[in-house]
Amino acid sequence: MVGKSIKKWWPVFLLPTAAAFAIGFVWPFIWGIYLSFCKFTTVKNVKVIGLGNYAKVFADDTFSHAFWLTVLFAILSSILINVLAFAIALALTKGLKGTNIFRTIFFMPNLIGGIVLGYIWQTLLNGLLSRFGQPLLALSARNGFWGMIILLCWQQIGYMMIIYIAGLNNISGDLIEAAEIDGASPSQILFQIKIPMIMPSVTICTFLTLTNGFKMFDQNLSLTGGEPAKQSQLLALNIYDTFYARSGPQWKGIGQAKAVVFFLIVVIIALVQLRATTSKEVQQ
Amino acid sequence: MKKKLVSLLACATVAATLLAGCGGSSSAGSSASAGSTGAAAAPAADAGAGHVYYLNFKPEADAAWQDLAKAYTEETGTPVTVVTAASGEYETTLMSEMAKSDAPTMFQVNGPVGLANWKDYCYDLTGSEIVGNLTSDAFELKDGDAIDGVAYVIESYGIITNVSLLEKAGYKLDDIKSYDDLKKIADDIQARKDELGVKGAFASTGMDSSSDWRFKTHLANLPIYYEYQADGIDSTKEIKGTYLDQYKNLFDLYITDSTCDPKELSSKTADDARAEFLDGEAVFYQNGTWEYSSLAEKFSDDEIAMIPIYFGVDDENQGLCTGTENYWCVNAEASEEDIAATLDFMNWCVTSETGTKAMAETMGFTIPFKTAEESPNAFVKQDAAYTEAGKTPVSWNFTTMPSENWKNGVGSALTAYAAGTGDWDAVKTAFVDGWATEAALAE
Repeated sequence: MVGKSIKKWWPVFLLPTAAAFAIGFVWPFIWGIYLSFCKFTTVKNVKVIGLGNYAKVFADDTFSHAFWLTVLFAILSSILINVLAFAIALALTKGLKGTNIFRTIFFMPNLIGGIVLGYIWQTLLNGLLSRFGQPLLALSARNGFWGMIILLCWQQIGYMMIIYIAGLNNISGDLIEAAEIDGASPSQILFQIKIPMIMPSVTICTFLTLTNGFKMFDQNLSLTGGEPAKQSQLLALNIYDTFYARSGPQWKGIGQAKAVVFFLIVVIIALVQLRATTSKEVQQ
Repeated sequence: MKKKLVSLLACATVAATLLAGCGGSSSAGSSASAGSTGAAAAPAADAGAGHVYYLNFKPEADAAWQDLAKAYTEETGTPVTVVTAASGEYETTLMSEMAKSDAPTMFQVNGPVGLANWKDYCYDLTGSEIVGNLTSDAFELKDGDAIDGVAYVIESYGIITNVSLLEKAGYKLDDIKSYDDLKKIADDIQARKDELGVKGAFASTGMDSSSDWRFKTHLANLPIYYEYQADGIDSTKEIKGTYLDQYKNLFDLYITDSTCDPKELSSKTADDARAEFLDGEAVFYQNGTWEYSSLAEKFSDDEIAMIPIYFGVDDENQGLCTGTENYWCVNAEASEEDIAATLDFMNWCVTSETGTKAMAETMGFTIPFKTAEESPNAFVKQDAAYTEAGKTPVSWNFTTMPSENWKNGVGSALTAYAAGTGDWDAVKTAFVDGWATEAALAE
């Protein structure tokens, strides 16, 4: 009965989403690639100029700096977020009192927008830094970088924690019990059973954190704005900056070319990561 | 296999989102940032006769523009929409609005450098009524022979001074005639700040990226102005930085005789500075005529004054920094009726009684048109007084700064210098070398 209805009514469920996807993602995406070969001020009025924009992607040396900083940032933040989120997930699946309240509290930062968080944390961190006589966020690339790491961790740990909790709850109690009867120590249970069993969660979490790290824009913009002198500027902000902070219509196309290069890099890294972690997944 | 497919799909989705996010940011992001969308109710009868859509640059004048638009619609029946871009978001908003089918018919550029982006969209105003009403052709913004824009407001900036506090410290306005006087008095006030009940001579030199334009743009105008004067030019591809020492002196004065530790300046804003000035915590505050309305709420006209930013080069003859970075342009791609309606509206704003009154009194502008009303703005009157006394106004040359990026570079270097994490040489490099680099990149 249900199957029959679905066969008949599937367009009602699928088409709106598909249309939104096409309008919101696919079409701008194709336009984006096309624009990277053009010179333009507004997207209404473009002139194709071929590969020239790509040749100029590295014309200002800020792009490579931003690139390497982003790589470092994405890797470091992924590791920290995943380790901490997993640790909290473990603690909150032990059946302690108040578990649900803690889960809610940890998840809440994820509900606040990045720009707002950036400004709140800017005030907090600057207050702390000036208390200790340290250079403020906008003055020290090192402080700015760690500020962003702290902010992103705080924001994302809760979300990843939920995924890990779901993974951990899915592990059959029989397995753990059997291991305990066989005399496995708690650390053996953790490393030999729990972690291999939640590899699908690890896959999705590393994927999300890594791509989020690469794409981070709002928090970068509001927390440090790339200061000092673009030293804390990540790739997405660099692209934005190329687009808007320089005069002359040629920079729009160059910014767009940077975005395409950026896209390719993220796709490659995400694919490599998916392959690496998926291969570690085990079937129950 | 199925799982792999799903993860591949997930990957593609996220990646597509990401690129779409970048490319689309010009349209998606900025429409949200547009301030208030005021819509003058459009009478259907005149819909065929063209309409006006003005993308306003000045958030502080938004309410006044909405009223003016309404008044015009009531008077003539032409629908006028005024949308105001959020502070600092004008260029992004304009870029996305211009790509729409219902694009602004009237927009703003900030001078020659801003015009470079938009000249293909500018209707040639040669021969139009509004150009004929300008008081001087110096207010035309030209690209070759075409008049692409007209200045519609003249503004001044200088050092806003709390006269009461100055007198409490035992000085008169007339005692400040040069950089040396300014330094002497500021140092003295700073030394006696507890006795005088102030926190410092100068309000905090806020270097937060939202506010550092007061120093990376406005203060930086002075070394550029004097260099242009000395070399007899009005723009350059390579700045020499002849007067950077004076720039340093003034900036040092601002950050030393200040209400706060220079280390904290990177997070201070212009709003903080205004608040300090309003609370009587500081005697001096560098800003412009546009601040008058917020200051007039607390101070009477006798209590505040604007003095030139004495630079130590030609103090005897230096007046306030007076000029414009607000040029009106008409969208050449708009329909003929819309262009005609827009030209009429522009002209009405600066010639009709309602228009000139709103511009002078509500917005507090001095407009460079023959029909202008006198503005009640005390700072504007002081500017006129300085000019009458034979002082030369310092023109606004920051419109020739090669790019936003150059300003940001100078701003970062100044911030680091103020906090002690960078040195003055870095400011010099950003100023001189940065100029050459950016000018070359804008080619």
